[in-house]
Order: sequence, then C-alpha cells, then structure tokens
Amino acid sequence: MSFNYDQYIRGGKLPHIWCPGCTYGIVFKSLLRAVDFLKIPKDDIALVSGIGCASRLPGYIDWNTLHTTHGRALPFATGLKMARPDKKVMVVSGDGDATAIGGNHFIHACRRNIDITVIVLNNFIYGMTGGQHSPTTPIGHIATTMPYGNVDPNFNIPDLAKGAGASWVGRGTAYHVPALDKLIIEAMQHKGLSVLEIINACPTTHGRRNKFKSATDQLLWMKDTALPITAFDKLPPEKTAGKFPTGVLYKKEAPEYCETYYGMVERLKKPKEGRA
Amino acid sequence: MGQIKLLQGNEACAEGALYAGCTFFGGYPITPSTEVAEFMARRLPQIGGAFLQMEDEIAAMASVIGGSLAGCKALTATSGPGFSLKQENMGFAMLTEIPCVIVNVMRGGPSTGVPTGPGQSDIMQCKWGTHGDHPVICLTPGYVQEIFSETVRAFNLAEKYRTPVIVAFDEIIGHMREKIEIPDKGVIEIVDRKRPTCSPADYMPFDESKGDVPPVADFFSGYRQHITGLNHASDGFPVNASPRIHTDELRLMRKVESNKKDIIRYEEYLLEDAEVAVFAYGVSGRSGKNAVEQARAAGIKAGLFRPLTIWPFPEEQVAALASRVRAIVVPELSLGQIILEVERCAKGKCKVDGIYRVDGDPITPTQILDKIKEVK
Repeated sequence: MSFNYDQYIRGGKLPHIWCPGCTYGIVFKSLLRAVDFLKIPKDDIALVSGIGCASRLPGYIDWNTLHTTHGRALPFATGLKMARPDKKVMVVSGDGDATAIGGNHFIHACRRNIDITVIVLNNFIYGMTGGQHSPTTPIGHIATTMPYGNVDPNFNIPDLAKGAGASWVGRGTAYHVPALDKLIIEAMQHKGLSVLEIINACPTTHGRRNKFKSATDQLLWMKDTALPITAFDKLPPEKTAGKFPTGVLYKKEAPEYCETYYGMVERLKKPKEGRA
Repeated sequence: MGQIKLLQGNEACAEGALYAGCTFFGGYPITPSTEVAEFMARRLPQIGGAFLQMEDEIAAMASVIGGSLAGCKALTATSGPGFSLKQENMGFAMLTEIPCVIVNVMRGGPSTGVPTGPGQSDIMQCKWGTHGDHPVICLTPGYVQEIFSETVRAFNLAEKYRTPVIVAFDEIIGHMREKIEIPDKGVIEIVDRKRPTCSPADYMPFDESKGDVPPVADFFSGYRQHITGLNHASDGFPVNASPRIHTDELRLMRKVESNKKDIIRYEEYLLEDAEVAVFAYGVSGRSGKNAVEQARAAGIKAGLFRPLTIWPFPEEQVAALASRVRAIVVPELSLGQIILEVERCAKGKCKVDGIYRVDGDPITPTQILDKIKEVK
C-alpha cells in the first residue's frame, strides 16, 4: 500500500515553491515517512526554520511550524525546547542558513547538546537569492558572486558539528532514499543534538552553471560520489579523494541540556541541597 | 503589606518580571543590564522556570520568542550594542505578534560608547530600530519602584496587545539602590494573553474578525499553526501581493494607536498653573523634578511632565501642554532626540528648548533651572 502523505500535508498549501529538479521534495517525503514510523503525534512536534529554500519546508507540514529569521532557527528552537522539554523539536536549514549567517548558533547548539534534531539541506549554493556562493560551494564552482570560480574555502558540515560537540552526526543524500529514511529516524531517536547533513541538488542556480546538464546528472553525481562510511573508512586516502562518506558518521553519549538544567531545578527543590 | 526591600533598579526589574509571571529569560551579558540576567539566573531555576544565557544577543531575543510561543511569559534584557543586535528578531515578534518584554538599560553610544555611563540616545531606536512599519510600546520608568511596577505593566501590555514591549531606563537608575515595596500577590492585576477557545480546526492565528488582537495559541497545545516572518494571511500562511498586507499592517498599528488611553501613562507635577514646563523621563525626569521645585522656591511657575510611556508618544497631552505654557524645556541624555517629538506636538504654540548631554554624566537640576530662567 502506498504511503499516505496527505495525512501530514496541510490542505491547500501545495504546490511548493521549489523549482523543477530541486531535490528538496525527496527529503520532504522522507521526513514524513520517518515521523510516521516514529509515531510522533502532530501536536507534539515543532519544526523550525530560518530563511532560504529549505526554510519553506515547515509551511507544508501539519505540525507546529515556525519560519523565523535568517540563520536563527536554532535559538528559536532552543527557546521552544527549554520551555517544553517534553516535546519534539526539529530544525530544517540550508547550508548558508545553518553555517554562514547561523554558524554561531549552529556550533553553540551543538556544544549545548540540547535535544533538537537539525537537518541541514546542503545544496552548495544560496538558491533563493539566485546562486551566490555559500560556505559549502565547491572550490572552482561558478556562483553569481564567484563568477570566475569559487575561491572561498569550505566548511565540512559533519566535521563542524562533531568538533562543536554534537552527539550524533550523519550524512545522507537525496539519491539514497531508503538510507535517508533510516538516517532521519535515527537522528530523531537520538537524545541530544543531532545533525544530519543531506546532500541536495539545485539545478537552477548551481547545477546548470557547473557542467551538470540536468538535474538527473546531479543525482548521478551523488550516486557516484557518496560512499557508506563503513566502506569509506576501509579505503586508502587515494581511493577516497573526491568522495564523501555517508551514514552515521559519529555518535557519543553526552548529557542532554534540558535534562541537566531541569535536573538542577529538581535539586533546588530539596531545601538542604539547594542554594538560597 | 508587601515586602520592603532595598534594591537596585535592575534587580527591581527582575522582581517585576517575576511578579508578572515571567518564567523564561534569554539573555547575554552586557553592561549595564547584566544584573537583570544574574537575578533571573538565581531565581528562575528556583521556581522551575527556564534561564538561558545564549551565545549572543540575537540568539537571546530568538530564544525569548520561542519561549513565548511555547506559552511562557518571556524576558530579555540588554544595553547599547545588544539592543541594536536584537532589532531584527524584535521586528519578527512585532509582525508575528508574540508577546515578550525587552529591557534596554540605556548607556552611551554609538558603538561601544560609554558602557558604564547613562544614556537616553536609544529612544528613537526603540521606536524605529527594526525595519518596516510596526507598532511600538516603550515604557520609561524613573525610580526603582517604578522600574518594578512598569516592568509588571510591560508584561501586562505585551499579553493584552500581543506585542513586544520595551522597558527603557538608563544606567543610573538601573544601578541606583532605593527602597521599594513589592506588593503581595494579587495587589497588581496580572494580565494573561487571550488564548483560543474555538476548535483547533477553526483556529487562525491572525484572524482579524476576532478583533484587533486575535487570540494566540501556544505551540503544542493542540492548535497547530504556522508562524512566519513573511507577511501573512489570517491563517498565518504567506501572502505575497495582496491588499491583505496593507490592511494587516494597519491592524498592527491600530492595536496600539486605538488603545493609547490604556497604554499612555505619565506624571504631571506642579503643572496646573505652570508657565514653563519641563518634559523629561528617566534620570532626567528626576533632575527635572528637583529643578522645578527650585524654580518654584525662586518664584517661577514651573512644572514637570514626566512620561512613563514614551511610545506611543503622549501627543495629545504635549499638544495641550504647549497651548498653555510659554515654554517647554527638554533635558535629555542625547544630542536631541525626543525633543523632535515634543516640537512636533507643540506645533509652534510655545517655545521648545533642549538641554543635551552625552558625556556620561546626568543633566543636573542646576542646568535645568538655568534653562527655565532663560526661557521663562
């Protein structure tokens, strides 16, 4: 039986704003399947976003949804989560939103290890504003603000998240869909700050200016370039050049922020242990 | 009989917030407002509330909006550069009509300016700081007791009109210690935001048919909704080009404009027969009161108009004042900001003369008295 997406999509809000060939729709459906699998009631989940193409996703989903300012989804989400630690809070962001304008919030949310699932849709470009280079645009690629080829070095989003203290870090692609479903489920099941980078394609403002003849070519690039982390780790560096690992890249046990904070609140209720 | 305490203005502000039912604080350390955060850091965990010291001022403002959307009364406090940084998200809260309170303990500027000295040069920024047209409520207490009561009122107004409210006072009264009385619970009325009673399926977060202040639902309360900083329709979803944008912006402005009687509060002191009026708020209002008393002792009919609500501006009151005095003296710790509003409302009916000072010291009563003598 085919999956009933309509149960989660807000009536009358489609079609979406994304261009033909954009892979965000693939992620959108994967996210709905994951949440359905986890049986999270609609009233108990909030999806928060910033600005950009990725940030329009919450508007289509029938949850508590919040479309905020550029780069700031995480601190808004942190406020929601601290006020209601019993509820599920997710953030969906783009490469520019999460790691350029929102970079400070990104690393501090990771450090805090607050129980928020962060999905970063990395399409290597500022799509909504028409194709300016982002912190993940590959070196040499053409962008409207790098017309002679990008010279601006990159962030590796999973490395950034791990280095900043996130307790679960993964990477999937819009091509490897069954694996993506599982990754979203695992990211959401993780207690703590989880970061899932999802490799996406923007044929309109990135692909067609960078020798991808069609949107399909960008999906095939994902197919050819992604390697499961288990295989990636076994290969010598010369064999992994130009490839990127996918799957659960890193996880650790670490105290979750709300539990620690409200643990302190509980301690304070006991008069002898609490501070005046 | 409430509690009598000796408190700093910043501490009284935090006490006021707690009295009003604040259970969420998001902040960032900055002089001269830090004591508000420090007080909340001690007290909120004791009552099960949420205290967050965020990574920056922008995040602090964002967290407060998130906390409010989840149903908490939420506060942030800042100064100078921090107030500048908060502006974008304050605009978000204004457009999305999310109640919250922003305290600005004013210092000198621009830039880092004089972090440890008083200022009143953010007063236009309080009104115009974020981009776009928007309603603004800004309160300007002048005494530690007033910081307490006006902070309570700020929460009440935020809840009642579903909008951010700014409390702006200066470094001197922020750090000054005075005796205050914290009334018993119930003495000051506490207002809670109007929440929806309709079925969730019928709920629209910006339904103008429910009045200028539509009910606001908490996240996770069963009323699933979409909140966006884009201009939006009644149901909360973006609209791009529509008469709706214009009419909704007008409704936002109307929330404040048509309720000025409720929002505007001020003190009139010895104004009945006054020939010279001093218009001053905050620490300058205190100097103004002393100057007026000295002028009276010298036989000059002087009086004080001290606004506790600076935005919306007490236009009618200042216009009426201008028509019955010879001159209005406006002392302010800026190079002439609020005097522009006084002049606008006076419409040339009386002389308006300013006293400006931005060197980190307050305007003295003597300075004001000299000006009163000059213009009388």
